[in-house]
Amino acid sequence: MTDFILTASNLVKTFSQRGGKFGMATTEIRALDNVSIALRTGITLAIVGESGSGKSTLARCLLQLQPLDSGEVLFQGENLAKLSAGSLRSMRKHLQMIFQDPFASLNPRMRIGEIVGEGLLIHDLGSRTEQQSKVVKMLKRVGLSEADMQKYPHEFSGGQRQRIGIARALVLQPKVVVCDEPVSALDVSIQAQILLLLKELQAEMALSYIFISHDLRVVRHIADDVAVMHQGKVVEQGSVIDIYQSPTQDYTRNLLQAIPGRKHATELHA
Amino acid sequence: MSELLNIKNLTITPKAAPQKLLVNGVSLTLESGKTTCIVGESGSGKSLTALSIMSLLSPQLVKTSGQIMFQGQDISQLSNQALRDIRGKRIGMIFQEPMTSLNPVLTVGYQIGETLTVHLGLNGRALKEKVASLLEQVGIPASRANSYPDELSGGQRQRVMIAMSIACEPALLIADEPTTALDVTVQAQILQLLDTLKTRMNMGMLLITHDFGVVADIADDVVVMFRGEVVEQGSVTAVLRNPQHPYTKALLDCVPDAEGKKPLKPIDYAWLNEAEASVSA
Repeated sequence: MTDFILTASNLVKTFSQRGGKFGMATTEIRALDNVSIALRTGITLAIVGESGSGKSTLARCLLQLQPLDSGEVLFQGENLAKLSAGSLRSMRKHLQMIFQDPFASLNPRMRIGEIVGEGLLIHDLGSRTEQQSKVVKMLKRVGLSEADMQKYPHEFSGGQRQRIGIARALVLQPKVVVCDEPVSALDVSIQAQILLLLKELQAEMALSYIFISHDLRVVRHIADDVAVMHQGKVVEQGSVIDIYQSPTQDYTRNLLQAIPGRKHATELHA
Repeated sequence: MSELLNIKNLTITPKAAPQKLLVNGVSLTLESGKTTCIVGESGSGKSLTALSIMSLLSPQLVKTSGQIMFQGQDISQLSNQALRDIRGKRIGMIFQEPMTSLNPVLTVGYQIGETLTVHLGLNGRALKEKVASLLEQVGIPASRANSYPDELSGGQRQRVMIAMSIACEPALLIADEPTTALDVTVQAQILQLLDTLKTRMNMGMLLITHDFGVVADIADDVVVMFRGEVVEQGSVTAVLRNPQHPYTKALLDCVPDAEGKKPLKPIDYAWLNEAEASVSA
């Protein structure tokens, strides 16, 4: 019996969208259509799919950042939807998120020290000095320095900002981290740095990752398990090797075929 | 051999800090019907090189040296008046962000048609027909001409941008990271479309990217830029098969492969500095 830290079963989420003449008509969009996934402890489950496939909605619903229509999310056996607002809030320190856009996800008016330390403050973890030293330690671990605490987000490059986002999520020592396209806004060279950092931190802190991505090259390197989403449904899931070597769905095959670099694959990856 | 574009010894600096060489002595050539990719990281000067071709640099920057020979004429010294005849007509350009490069309050049909009216004097029925045929060439139903940009997906918007840029059948198409903001499947379609159009219209294409995977799929020639300089250039097979410069090797090493056989290796800049020093010594 494998140990699952987070399981989601039969998640449904619909949005109604206004359309037609003068927005008088509404259409229902099923962003999540009976989605079930299971995250094993200490591993990375990648959710792949194109824009509009529902992968980011899934990320937000898993963390209860958006209410579900139906279905349940169990974290360490507890149904997150049944928790009171207060206990959900304290549960949140175990469930963190790293966002896609390192330019939009950091408050431009806050210093880095405040951004990274805010979670500790909210969850009241340790004294002020303990919090400070945790922030410093975390910043150093992600490749920044103590002096960076006094700076503002605009003083950093995209890759550095993503490191700040990682520090903010991990300083709380969470158990599950949802990474929503954490490297898609970055150059390939920076992408490699951030992916390796995420992998190292996973091993050090025994983290379980849900990794949302549309880039199958990146997923191949970071994931252990993969769930492929298409139009709100999980069309295929399994181990990364099975999915890449013998996909059973046409949709998965199309995604794999679209990976750039096919033409000179042998030279490119010599 | 028909030389379409020849950039000679291009140098760009900020007006305020002339000692800072953002682009340093860049030279490259491009033939009709061929695709050259400029590949490099953010800040390598690849976009500035592309922008300077049609004198689109921001006023804070200045080109301190260099010639831009386009179809045998140095276009770097032309007046704005003269450039107007080149921009959008003989040279087309596609930008990275299909969301921000279209005007949200005008229909896409109008925006494509504008180029045709300005440069070719098309109007009325002839204009409408040309716009419809352009939309179909880029794979969008002609009825979409009346849609506003927000009614289209990212991929469709990029197709509209492509339709605009090829409307006057330019001899040269510059595409600055045309697929970076798009999904992989859409990216593959857009690259395929650009390649088809390039062949059909015998255009020269200059494509800017940071992704060697894209280079491998579409380029005939590659120019690798690093810190404002060209560190390596050559045919795509030569550069991929036998990269000479340590930076090219490092950049190739950090492209993840779909088989997961190759370990990811981020660029080690300290090592690179030493390697570069030993190359030039």
